[in-house]
Amino acid sequence: MTNDLRGKTAIVGTGHAGFGEAHGLTAYDVMAQSALAALGDAGLKLSDVDGLFCTMMEDSMPALMAAEYLGIQPRFIDGTMLGGSSFVNYLTSASMALEAGLCDVALIVYGSNQRTASGKLVTASRPPAYEAPYNPRYPISAYAMAAARHMHEYGTTREQLADVAVSARAWAQHNPEAFERGPLTREDVLGARMVGDPLTVRDCCLVTDGGGAIVMVRSDRAKDFPKAPVYVLGSAAESSHRQISQMKDFTVTAARESGQRAFEAAGVSRSDIQAVELYDAFTINTILFLEDLGFCAKGEGGAFVEGGRIAPGGVLPVNTNGGGLSCVHPGMYGIFTVIEAARQIRGDAPGMQLKDVDLALAHGNGGVLSSQVTAILGSQNTL
Amino acid sequence: MQNTTGPDHVFQRALANNEILLPKCDDCGAFHFFPRVMCPHCHSSAISWTPASGKGRVHTTTVVRRKPERGGDYNICMVELEEGVRMMSRVEGIAPGDVAIDMDVTAFVGEADGAPVVLFKPVEE
Repeated sequence: MTNDLRGKTAIVGTGHAGFGEAHGLTAYDVMAQSALAALGDAGLKLSDVDGLFCTMMEDSMPALMAAEYLGIQPRFIDGTMLGGSSFVNYLTSASMALEAGLCDVALIVYGSNQRTASGKLVTASRPPAYEAPYNPRYPISAYAMAAARHMHEYGTTREQLADVAVSARAWAQHNPEAFERGPLTREDVLGARMVGDPLTVRDCCLVTDGGGAIVMVRSDRAKDFPKAPVYVLGSAAESSHRQISQMKDFTVTAARESGQRAFEAAGVSRSDIQAVELYDAFTINTILFLEDLGFCAKGEGGAFVEGGRIAPGGVLPVNTNGGGLSCVHPGMYGIFTVIEAARQIRGDAPGMQLKDVDLALAHGNGGVLSSQVTAILGSQNTL
Repeated sequence: MQNTTGPDHVFQRALANNEILLPKCDDCGAFHFFPRVMCPHCHSSAISWTPASGKGRVHTTTVVRRKPERGGDYNICMVELEEGVRMMSRVEGIAPGDVAIDMDVTAFVGEADGAPVVLFKPVEE
């Protein structure tokens, strides 16, 4: 059933900064540039922000660091760290805080300089004690084992995995903001350097710099801003584990539960969704989430993505900005699923703009398939 | 290591004595892993230790690709033990790419970076 938060809050600004390489900038610099961009989009100032929703990769108190950097004193902060899904999860806490009057202008923000700082994933997480002795490569070993099990149980092929990357690239080729826009074929993906069987380097997300930000307000004032408001119709989360060794079924994620509750909260069905933005850290993610969110049956995700069916002109537009595989992936990608979904609804997507989008889905993944958060966004027409 | 009853200490002390102990709930009878002070299935605090049978089956597997000059490729896998718990480990004695899902394996106490760890080898036919 729908809940009391349906349509009560809206996104009135989005922004990003530092896509690709942000030479000479710290992660907090990129965070701040993203915040300014989103506030500019909304016609607001930093001094208007009284709710901050933020986490970063490098500190244990990143929300405080961000507030300090931005020169604001928020009266409400949520710094819940669920990995890359955190920023989709903040849609729920921001909606709750706004609706309860705990804040009036919510800023969700993230930034990273991981590419120019180190060239690999930066994290403050400690390796799990009962996994670390075997020296898995995080996070790829975890996702590789999920892919291997999916192939074993359902006959999913490396070619089908590769087609996810090829489709993402096809979208990215229309997006001037995307980091990788060169041609990419199935053979390119299959022939690329193997990094963790069955995944090659082209089955893996990019390592880029970049930041993103979102401004939210209560819906009663959402029309007072320059851009068309994008309403939060439903958002829901579920977590199943932290360490990959604790994942009960390597082929089923908690996106089943988060998706089901998000659809119920929004009061819409799968076939109503016009754009699907999924956290594609690895090619297997897209297959798992399409299955678990109910766009196809369990085990049929491989066939669902095969041969351009989720590419431009296919049966379902998935990751219309090019995703984490080809657009941007600065350590945590989740916020960009929301930004792309919102921009498709507003009609100002940076790449291929789909026609008359009223409903879009954003799905965040955190940890190693650990935290799943689904949000459904809608235009004025969906209220 | 101190002679404490903390679950991590008990497990590690046993490994140092070439023994693999698994925590088992006295109330619901289920095993769990990693070791905890409570059962994650029924939430009871009554936990005992039982020697592992050592029988396992590879649930899923991957090869970490590494340049030869840095030590070469190695295996990472999830092994499901007969007791119903899974652990991350490595199958030794065969090429990392030859480790296969559903392969029957046997646990032994090996070594990683100077510390005892649970490793597996293929069951001999």
